[in-house]
Amino acid sequence: MSAQTLYDKLWQSHLVHDQGDGSALLYIDRHLVHEVTSPQAFEGLRLAGRKPWRASSAIAVPDHNVPTTHRSAGIVDPVSRLQVETLDKNCAEFGIVEFKMNDARQGIVHVIGPEQGYTLPGMTVVCGDSHTSTHGAFGALAFGIGTSEVEHVLATQCLVTRKAKSMRVSVEGELGAGVTAKDVALAIIGAIGTAGGTGHAIEFAGSAIRGLSMEGRMTLCNMAIEAGARSGMVAVDDKTLDYVRGRPAAPTGEIWDQAEAWWRTLVSDEDAVFDCEVTLDAATIVPQVTWGTSPEMVAAVTARVPDPAQAGDEGRHKDWQRALTYMGLSANTPLTDIAVDKVFIGSCTNSRIEDLRAAAAVIKGRTKAANVKLAMVVPGSGLVKRQAEEEGLDKLFTAAGFEWRDPGCSMCLAMNADKLEPGERCASTSNRNFEGRQGQGGRTHLVSPAMAAAAALAGHFVDVREY
Amino acid sequence: MRAFTLLDGLVVPLDRANVDTDAIIPKQFLKSIRRSGFGPNLFDEWRYLDHGEPGQECSNRPLNPEFVLNQPRYRDAQILLARENFGCGSSREHAPWALEDYGIRAIIAPSFADIFYNNCFKNGLLPIVLDAATVDRLFADVQTQVGYRLKIDLPRQIVSTPTGEEFMFSVDAHRKYCLLQGLDDIGLTLQHVDRIEAYEAQRQKTAPWLFG
Ligand code: SF4
Repeated sequence: MSAQTLYDKLWQSHLVHDQGDGSALLYIDRHLVHEVTSPQAFEGLRLAGRKPWRASSAIAVPDHNVPTTHRSAGIVDPVSRLQVETLDKNCAEFGIVEFKMNDARQGIVHVIGPEQGYTLPGMTVVCGDSHTSTHGAFGALAFGIGTSEVEHVLATQCLVTRKAKSMRVSVEGELGAGVTAKDVALAIIGAIGTAGGTGHAIEFAGSAIRGLSMEGRMTLCNMAIEAGARSGMVAVDDKTLDYVRGRPAAPTGEIWDQAEAWWRTLVSDEDAVFDCEVTLDAATIVPQVTWGTSPEMVAAVTARVPDPAQAGDEGRHKDWQRALTYMGLSANTPLTDIAVDKVFIGSCTNSRIEDLRAAAAVIKGRTKAANVKLAMVVPGSGLVKRQAEEEGLDKLFTAAGFEWRDPGCSMCLAMNADKLEPGERCASTSNRNFEGRQGQGGRTHLVSPAMAAAAALAGHFVDVREY
Repeated sequence: MRAFTLLDGLVVPLDRANVDTDAIIPKQFLKSIRRSGFGPNLFDEWRYLDHGEPGQECSNRPLNPEFVLNQPRYRDAQILLARENFGCGSSREHAPWALEDYGIRAIIAPSFADIFYNNCFKNGLLPIVLDAATVDRLFADVQTQVGYRLKIDLPRQIVSTPTGEEFMFSVDAHRKYCLLQGLDDIGLTLQHVDRIEAYEAQRQKTAPWLFG
């Protein structure tokens, strides 16, 4: 058999039927469900008189609409409340396990999947959410789907899909101090653009990627979608297995051994050929800050806001100009001169324990700057929150003037009460800086947790390596 | 799903790249548990001068006269002409639902984001990729000629201009078939029940941990 990529192996092991017209039926092992993209899918099942094919493959959690304060009082916004109640009702009716809002295990769907061992190497993982790419960090084939497909997976345990092209992004060498997986993700998007991975499944490889923790790999794969790729993945190694071992839903005993034997094969063969290869030198990556309204509008923290006159073509010139107007920035301003109004540490990109530790480490007894109106930390799950509290991180944050919240998507997309006011500028550890993403008129700068914490202390962006 | 065969429609040009799904339908409207009624909130933040909330009556909200959809010459457009990477961002199917509910039946662009592209077909919307030079040309024509229409022939996979010029586009055979028939994917997949069951039975032996 010819050499295979990791993606080839995952694809082939889940192929139910090649339909001969370019499309294929692919079997889905794990289906993650949240309140926003599922109500119409359950409604569709009900209308057609269908049942879930394998309800035990699904796991549900409300995350987008949940409040991050005073949770015991319930959800105030009636529309949000109805959406969460609808999820509760649907899960009860169709026999799907759900971690409800007040369950200690509740959290952002992409945080709790791996945390509980619902995400395992070699799986196909889908969710009605584009950041499902996160789970590819485990050597899984994971991608976001739309609501019609959520219904399709519920009803058939399969998806009709077509094979993507393969792309390998290799980051070789060692990352410098203060440079994190988030910076690597942003640097890659800066290099290949937000459509650079369109139509491709990306495998992240190279010594710098192998050097990342599982949390770091999740951050990186999470942002594959911001590079246009529906899935990102990292080959299985000891770190993968160490993370998975002992998780509530992970296999044990003999079955673990059987699983491990297969999981160890989940790497690209040495002479596998990719449709596209990109290589970055880890040593050249420095902490990143986005300056515009697309994740590709990103620069090193040591740089200045670019001048649209230097954009190259006319289309880009217009895009940059529009972005600067929206962001309220002028060309050539040093990024470190940009003052922030709010700081958000959270989201499925950067709300795991390692992220909170990295942010807390920057604080070291200092307090947030007076011009920062709000700095908030929103842990990715109830268990991350508990762990952080056991380590005393919450005390460090609150002593520095940060708010310590309950888990959820929160100000990543501002569907709950946490949002930016028009014109407010935010240092955010989330993944999208689109216009209005964190609140209408809000201005988002994407950064790593350490950079966000440093910006909160200084009141403006700073190079965390010197802070 | 509504079938798509032939369309002769007015074209509206949306001249910006990387239009994301947050722009197509802002997140506050994602709180709905329904599948219809998103049309009035399509491009909400660009289309209106005030802030929109779900359930609000839109007919008396202040319109942004600058926004292209609000210009009388493009009223009732069914074909959206767009730039590269249209539909990037989230997986929300509310984006094609909003476009469809508004009355858009086809979108022409040099490239689309993957999930959005896929979601269109599930909702009777046809996304058409034409090369950047052709799209440039169409932008120039639609902006200079009031009432500019295009004809789309899905069976022949052709877009034709008022002067009879024709552009071929490609579309995956399975998607084309479903769109032409207005077919629901689930019904089609369930014709393969035996295959799915056989796969599952074999997997249960080789990977039992997946079925715990
Ligand atoms: S944290 Fe943000 S990106 Fe992640 S699932 Fe929630 S809304 Fe989506």
